[in-house]
Amino acid sequence: MGLFTEAFLTSLVLGAVVAGIPLLLAGLGEQLSEKAGVLNIGLEGMMLIGAYMGFLIAYVSGSTTLGFAFGALGGMAVAAIMALLCVRLGLNQIVIGIALTLGAEGITALLHNIQFSRTYPRLDAMDTLPIPLLSGIPVIGPAVFDRPVIVYIAILLVFVMIYVFRATHLGSALQAAGDKPAALDAAGVDVICTRTVAVLCTGLFAGLGGAFMSIVGAGVFVPFMTHGNGFIGIVLAMLARGKPLWVLGGALLFGACLSMTTALQVAGVDIPTDVIQMLPFAMVMLVLILAGRRASLPLALGSSYVRGAR
Amino acid sequence: MVGSSASPVAAQGPVVSLRQVTKRFPGVVANDHVTIDLWPGEVHVLLGENGAGKSTLVGMLSGLQKPDEGEILIDGSAIDIASPRQALDLGIGTVFQHSMLVPSLTLVDNFTLGGPWWKRPDREGVAARMREQASSIGIRIDPYALAGSLSLGEQQQVEIVRALMRGSRCLILDEATAMLTPRDAEQLGELMRRLVARGLAVVFITHKLNEALAYGDRISVLRLGKNAGAMEPQVLKSADTSAAMAEVVRMMFGTNAFGEAESGAREMRAVGGRPVLAVDGLAVDDGSVPLSGISFTVAAGEILGLAGIDGNGQKQLAEALAGQRPIRSGSLKLKGVSLEKAGVGERRSHGLRYVTDDRLGEGTVGTFPVSTNLLLKQIGDRPFWKSGVEQPAAIADNARRYVGEFDVRTPSIETPVAKLSGGNIQKVLLARELSGAAEAVIFAKPTYGLDVQNIRSSRRRIREAAEAGRAVLLISTDLEEILELADRIAVMSQGRIVGTVDNDADARRKIGELMSGMTV
Amino acid sequence: MSAAQTTRTADKPTEAPPEHRREWAHMALITIGPVVVALVIGGLVLIAMGVNPLTYYSYVAGRGLFSPSGLQATLTRMGPLLLIAASLIVAFRAGIWNLGGDGQFLLGAVLVAAAGPALVEIFPVWVVLIVGLLIGAVVGMLWSVVPALLRAYQGVNEIITTLMMTFLGVSLANVLVKLAFLDPTTTVPQTRTLPVEDRLPRLFDTTVSSGLLIGLAVIIVVHLVMTRTAFGLKLRVVGANSKAAIHAGLPVPLLTVLVFGISAALAGLAGAVDILGTQGNVRADWNPAYSLTVVPLVFLARFNGFGTIAFVFLFSVLSIGGESAARKLGVPNYFSLVIVAILLVVLGLTEYLDQRRQQKVRS
Repeated sequence: MGLFTEAFLTSLVLGAVVAGIPLLLAGLGEQLSEKAGVLNIGLEGMMLIGAYMGFLIAYVSGSTTLGFAFGALGGMAVAAIMALLCVRLGLNQIVIGIALTLGAEGITALLHNIQFSRTYPRLDAMDTLPIPLLSGIPVIGPAVFDRPVIVYIAILLVFVMIYVFRATHLGSALQAAGDKPAALDAAGVDVICTRTVAVLCTGLFAGLGGAFMSIVGAGVFVPFMTHGNGFIGIVLAMLARGKPLWVLGGALLFGACLSMTTALQVAGVDIPTDVIQMLPFAMVMLVLILAGRRASLPLALGSSYVRGAR
Repeated sequence: MVGSSASPVAAQGPVVSLRQVTKRFPGVVANDHVTIDLWPGEVHVLLGENGAGKSTLVGMLSGLQKPDEGEILIDGSAIDIASPRQALDLGIGTVFQHSMLVPSLTLVDNFTLGGPWWKRPDREGVAARMREQASSIGIRIDPYALAGSLSLGEQQQVEIVRALMRGSRCLILDEATAMLTPRDAEQLGELMRRLVARGLAVVFITHKLNEALAYGDRISVLRLGKNAGAMEPQVLKSADTSAAMAEVVRMMFGTNAFGEAESGAREMRAVGGRPVLAVDGLAVDDGSVPLSGISFTVAAGEILGLAGIDGNGQKQLAEALAGQRPIRSGSLKLKGVSLEKAGVGERRSHGLRYVTDDRLGEGTVGTFPVSTNLLLKQIGDRPFWKSGVEQPAAIADNARRYVGEFDVRTPSIETPVAKLSGGNIQKVLLARELSGAAEAVIFAKPTYGLDVQNIRSSRRRIREAAEAGRAVLLISTDLEEILELADRIAVMSQGRIVGTVDNDADARRKIGELMSGMTV
Repeated sequence: MSAAQTTRTADKPTEAPPEHRREWAHMALITIGPVVVALVIGGLVLIAMGVNPLTYYSYVAGRGLFSPSGLQATLTRMGPLLLIAASLIVAFRAGIWNLGGDGQFLLGAVLVAAAGPALVEIFPVWVVLIVGLLIGAVVGMLWSVVPALLRAYQGVNEIITTLMMTFLGVSLANVLVKLAFLDPTTTVPQTRTLPVEDRLPRLFDTTVSSGLLIGLAVIIVVHLVMTRTAFGLKLRVVGANSKAAIHAGLPVPLLTVLVFGISAALAGLAGAVDILGTQGNVRADWNPAYSLTVVPLVFLARFNGFGTIAFVFLFSVLSIGGESAARKLGVPNYFSLVIVAILLVVLGLTEYLDQRRQQKVRS
């Protein structure tokens, strides 16, 4: 088969990176929340707000850096609502998560309609930062080591998370907040505060992921553009069992599936996008069927913490 | 055994003293003017049945609860213990029955929990101190093991090490041996002796008499929230084991114990006849307490009491008999009909009833009205449902009838059952299980957590059930209750029935011995 | 759950009238209150967009409710929404989070759209319609088998599995439309169109589809089954306290699978009704995403069928009127999503405050 040409492989790996980075960021963010015992169904909404804010600010200011900063802030703003309602007040995490996603969909679509629906402005492709030597490797080089800075930052975040989980008090505190909040409370750490921080970080990560989709991935903002990425992020986090590297692997695998179409088109094979888009979800279901009850989640996931209550 | 006089600090005053401490909860006086001194260099055993007020006492010492009256003295001066943290700062460390370690963290991470977030925990340093502290009290721990991979006994040792590293001078072990294997329990006992030898004050809460006598320097007995007696170190050391045991049993259960006046010594009724409920060689799988070789029979009109310390398989047995949990082997016969493979519904329709002790957890659906809860095990049956459609009139009639008959105090039959008091929820359960063609009834801790009046009425119901010719299996951790009601008494220990005795004048002593692990 | 109990007790005013009247007023307050608050906050959003909220709301009401064609469109829209709501009520009352309604709906719709035009060539219309409804229900049901079994026998969280199955289902529906059931006669990728005369009959002389009647009938039946029958009570016991269900000897895994089956069948039926009544075909990439938007309505009605009918009606007015307003006032229809989201948050806060208040009253 002449399928595996260099062009095909390059576009496949490139596609995996471009489609995988938002998943990676969302998955890492959700991992933080889940570790601390909060099931964050509003992830999709946080990404969408991030995508909108990122695009808007990048377009208005002309600075992609500012765009990413505001994308992250946008995600955090949604997360702050989540933290207030679910962590502080203990409202149902699923109901509020759905509400935030719906609200984000509605608001961004409205704003987009008012501002951009006639002009549909585009952002220029972001400058890439080729890494000397590495960018010269065939296939991998142009696809991975000649990317915008944000890609490197996202991958760096994986290792930051690993460091935080393994080597800081924060990592232990998050773990305890999810597995045995009472023990954390007894150690004099505020459980509510720990969980709030986790949820806010989730918003930050998801916002960055959304901003990546609009600024780097598409160059435009389109309503509903996150297209279930947030939900895939939730699943990635659940399957990764608290290991950031697994999220990275899963995100790239999912990204490859999502981008397979383009790569196949490069190779001259015509398969509808939808067939390819089914792959990641089918894969998740397969994993769940095989892994069954071993898919592990923090013990206190989804339940709000009240001191003294059992 | 290490004598307390050998400890270097025995001459000082008590580390912690409770003076006339009273704590009330709605409807209950959990602690009623309790006075106890905790001396350095002593294992102070706190004995008492369930509901005697031990856990409330621990709650107040560890800063979870505050006394309503009386005071707690630390080194002779009165102090309010406002929070668990303050209790720790005052040098009072508590090891609870359920581990307070995060299972998914290593021990050293559990120990460093609570440091500044951005910093690296000083794992090497803490691990070294852990090893040092552990070896100083003669145990070994691996600081880098996951807490969840340790046995419960090991986790408790770890928590003791943590309490010592925090500078605890008074260590409370709350029902520490209740969930341990005998070997782990023995090791814990030896550890306690080493701790007091270093001058610590140890409070050991238990209901096992043999452990109390083996490891204790001083014994205080609580009954119904009050001081029921104490044994000074001199007395305890001089008395021989069986005499001490007899004395402690007398203090715990009393000769003029509560409730005796009502029943008198239970007259031996002639309950012969064919067994209604017959269990033979029953074995049940379970993660913590598997059952094996359970055999007994209960005749019509007979009450078989099942005594034993909580957590020795009583719950598993009740669930297996009721059909909520599969039976691995053995037979269960009700009036000669084999039921070991039948489901809950089929067993019920044959007349096997189960009054659970988990009244709101599984016995009822709290948000549903009283009327529905009365029929929870008959959903779909005529005349309350016809072709699957509910008949509100029949359901309401049924509810009104049983609310009246069993004196359930409820604003209306439509009131959600969770809004009722514990005693009234129990009446709903009794009404449901004793109604209709009941042949054999299993009662699990039927008076647990109830007030005096409801205890009386529940016990009357049990007696009436037997007098009406039903076979009754009464599972209780309240020995007094069993002595008051039962005809014969079986004692359960570690998933087996270790002996069965007639409820005669000598029963109390024999049961005490069976429960404390001696052979009759 | 509490709403059902209130309606039930209201049938028997002899039990304790004063308390129940107060309870009714209380229920009305915590149900209608959030709606009013949400509309007010929505109004602020409109002001921020430079639209006079009064103009907008009155336009929406005029187009969705007070004009004959608008009202007819609103009532027709209600049919599938009511079926989705019924699907959610069954699941939520039994404590199952079936968030996969969109996939179940869309696959049902696509297969009905594929089968319909083919069947009318052979069978009389009424057979086609009945078979079509059945196909929708069965397809929806089949799409829930895996999450159902995983939840019942492996304890795998159904939120995740149903969401995954929804994404899978939406893509599969598109694949089917584009590859398998493509209408060769049009340039737009879509299935063959069911002729208007072969669709579900219209009611009287209006344009209202009889799908409305199916929706109303089903949600009322579901409500009655859940509140008045032994089967419904068993499901509610499982949902409210699964330990009590085991204690009472109910076959919890079996009931769980049944709940999934019924819930998904109703979602699939909604797809069939939408195709057979309104759409006539499925265009590629069509996904109205009804399910997630109906979730809040069902919550708002506290799982009560009659309350749900009212809220579905309100939402239909808002979305039909909103569609007109989008063209006329330049406020896109997405505004209804915002309203629903605000409504959910306000509802959550109301329940929280209400619980706090009740605790205070008790102590």
